[in-house]
Amino acid sequence: MALTGLEIFKLLPKTNCKKCGRATCLAFAMQLAQKKAELKDCPDVSDEAKSILGEASAPPIKLVSVGVGDKQVKIGEENVLFRHDEKFYNPTGVAITLSDDLDDDAFNERLNKINNLKFTRVGTEIEVDLIALLNKSGDASKFADRAKQVSENTHLSLILESKSADNMKAAVEICSDKRPLIYGANTENWEAMASIAKDKSCPMTISASTLEELADLSEKVKGVGVADIVLNLVSESTKEILQGLTKIRRAALKKAFRQLGYPALTYMPDCEPAQEVVSAGIFIAKYAGIVVVNACEPWQIMPLLTIRQNIFTDPQKPVQVEPKLYEVGQVNENSPVLFTTNFSLTYYTVEGEVEASRVPAYILAVGTDGTSVLTAYSGDKLNEDVIAKAMADTKIEEKVKHRKIIIPGLVAILSAKIQEKTKWETLVGPKEASGLPTFLKNTWN
Amino acid sequence: MEIANIVDKCPGTVKEVIIGATKDEGGTRGKSITVGGSNCIPFMDFDGSPGHKPAIAMDVYDIPPEEWPEPLMKHYADVVDNPANWAKKCVEFGADLICLKLDGIHPDKKNISASETVSTVKSILEAVDIPLIIWGCENDERDNEILPKVSEATKGERCLIGSVTQDNYKTITAVCLADGHNLITQAPVDINIGKQINILVADLGFPTDRIVMFQTTGALGYGIEYCYSIHERARIAALSGDRQMSFPIICDVGHEAWRSKESKARDDEVPQWGSFADRGKMWEAITATTLMQSGVDIIRMNHPEAVSIVKKHIENLT
Ligand code: SF4
Repeated sequence: MALTGLEIFKLLPKTNCKKCGRATCLAFAMQLAQKKAELKDCPDVSDEAKSILGEASAPPIKLVSVGVGDKQVKIGEENVLFRHDEKFYNPTGVAITLSDDLDDDAFNERLNKINNLKFTRVGTEIEVDLIALLNKSGDASKFADRAKQVSENTHLSLILESKSADNMKAAVEICSDKRPLIYGANTENWEAMASIAKDKSCPMTISASTLEELADLSEKVKGVGVADIVLNLVSESTKEILQGLTKIRRAALKKAFRQLGYPALTYMPDCEPAQEVVSAGIFIAKYAGIVVVNACEPWQIMPLLTIRQNIFTDPQKPVQVEPKLYEVGQVNENSPVLFTTNFSLTYYTVEGEVEASRVPAYILAVGTDGTSVLTAYSGDKLNEDVIAKAMADTKIEEKVKHRKIIIPGLVAILSAKIQEKTKWETLVGPKEASGLPTFLKNTWN
Repeated sequence: MEIANIVDKCPGTVKEVIIGATKDEGGTRGKSITVGGSNCIPFMDFDGSPGHKPAIAMDVYDIPPEEWPEPLMKHYADVVDNPANWAKKCVEFGADLICLKLDGIHPDKKNISASETVSTVKSILEAVDIPLIIWGCENDERDNEILPKVSEATKGERCLIGSVTQDNYKTITAVCLADGHNLITQAPVDINIGKQINILVADLGFPTDRIVMFQTTGALGYGIEYCYSIHERARIAALSGDRQMSFPIICDVGHEAWRSKESKARDDEVPQWGSFADRGKMWEAITATTLMQSGVDIIRMNHPEAVSIVKKHIENLT
């Protein structure tokens, strides 16, 4: 947590020598607290002060990265408990388990399936991030072989899970260039695990069943020189894990409690196929850096990736679709034309309803800086001129023979003006998109 | 090592609202359901009391739904034209409440009359003994005409009736006040309007322990994050002592989730999305469980298995 000006002042030489360019040490301290000055401007500051101030300015939750290259997963460095207070920065990594004891065919099949879990939503590709290779066989060479096989056959990042430091060492040797996350250190084996992590500069988890033990362990592991730590609270209760993740986040952000200032990884205690998905969903919303699931079916993973995309959307920024003419279904020259704004929620709601109506149609998404119909109208971003221009830009008159445009019911007031400006006949559509299927089926026809 | 104390005691509490009245209380319900009462962030019972568990309201429509995909419809195919039997089925599926949605009174739909609607409501009250939510069609004129009749006919049952908006609240608020019902106040994902409508109905003398808020709902992938954050802000305001926000929240998960492409597209349309049979119920369940984290007290749902998933999840968290 940031120090106050007075706390910083206590650490300065208090000579008021002015070498920093400020009149007094106190003035300098106040500016440091507001981040308007840099500590290096004071030539006489002590090493002790440097280290305390350095610690204090580090982010409250450390950023940890797993893997390398394009698909590197970055977790941690979050600033808030509630997304509306700012935003959530680093999307939770979604990891899917793969056991080293599967026979070759089953192993390859599952590996392939995981590799292909990607979907397109709101024009963005979403996919899983990590494969968690489990050392179910308990065998070192098997684990190492499978680690090799996975690392050669996936673009995803890797988690290696084993409680045996020897087995872990064998597997990490083989794929350390991929910077896998070492998962398996606990109160008993942490020293051996930490030495592998340190040797190979890999991130590592620490597991314990209480936050107190986790804090002790993180201090010890940090003490031997491992900086990239991921916390894992071990519990068989979904509630305990949810509460644990919340306590960890609060301790780090509200109390600057350094020992818990790391991202957290969690698995799902209830492995029933649907429970696993809903639990992973709430852990994405509430504070997991990585969720590890056994689920591997598209109907399980698509909702998870979607919830992650939604929760990690910047709440301050209206999300937009490209302002252009969209075609829904097999349109032709007689298809209806509607317009709405380019606020993605508005647009996709309209698109969904048009699709549901099964009436092929053109939707003109008018550029309103991603604001909704009413907001755009009241801010004068949606008026007859803007609409006429959008219609001309997209050459809608070359696409359809008729000259009728359906306008959102919320801006019925614009009807006459649009008609006058564009010479197209206006049809006032429903106020809510949900009225569109009926409207298109009845009124349009 | 001792952990920093992170307990967050909140000065405010969400009001408790009782829905349904038993015989002793002047109604005919087998039992009533209480919602709200939380004075902590959802499920953080080390901070304070999480209040009552979220209640599941299952939807019954007054006309057969037009757009329900097969994996949902198959559970109701034999009852969609009989609201009373439909309600019985919901009870078997584990509903805590029935939400009768009066889509059919809309002029664009069936324009169903007040007397027909009243007899539908009565048939449900006779068929099941769990408490009732009665929701209009969002056409102000029809709602103002029909809901008063429904309110009068169910006097004493302590239903939850809605919704009222800042542009249309006087008629419905007045009848709910007179007939002893609870009221749903609606705002379009907007904290200030939400507050405003609560103030307006309170100004008419409506008791504040009979209000439930509705901020409209976006399904997973269709704006859930807006409504998640609105609920969260409303709940945090309530917990910090804001009296105009300290009401239980209802959300409409079933209808929204089953409108999504992910719930509706058949296997042959989107083979890469996986099993059509499982997709929709998962979409509905995860929309519900995610919104529970933002602080909701009543969840409207449709699919029986989605309801079971959510109920088990609630058990896992309490
Ligand atoms: S240079 Fe350092 S010691 Fe000198 S006035 Fe500035 S803060 Fe004080």
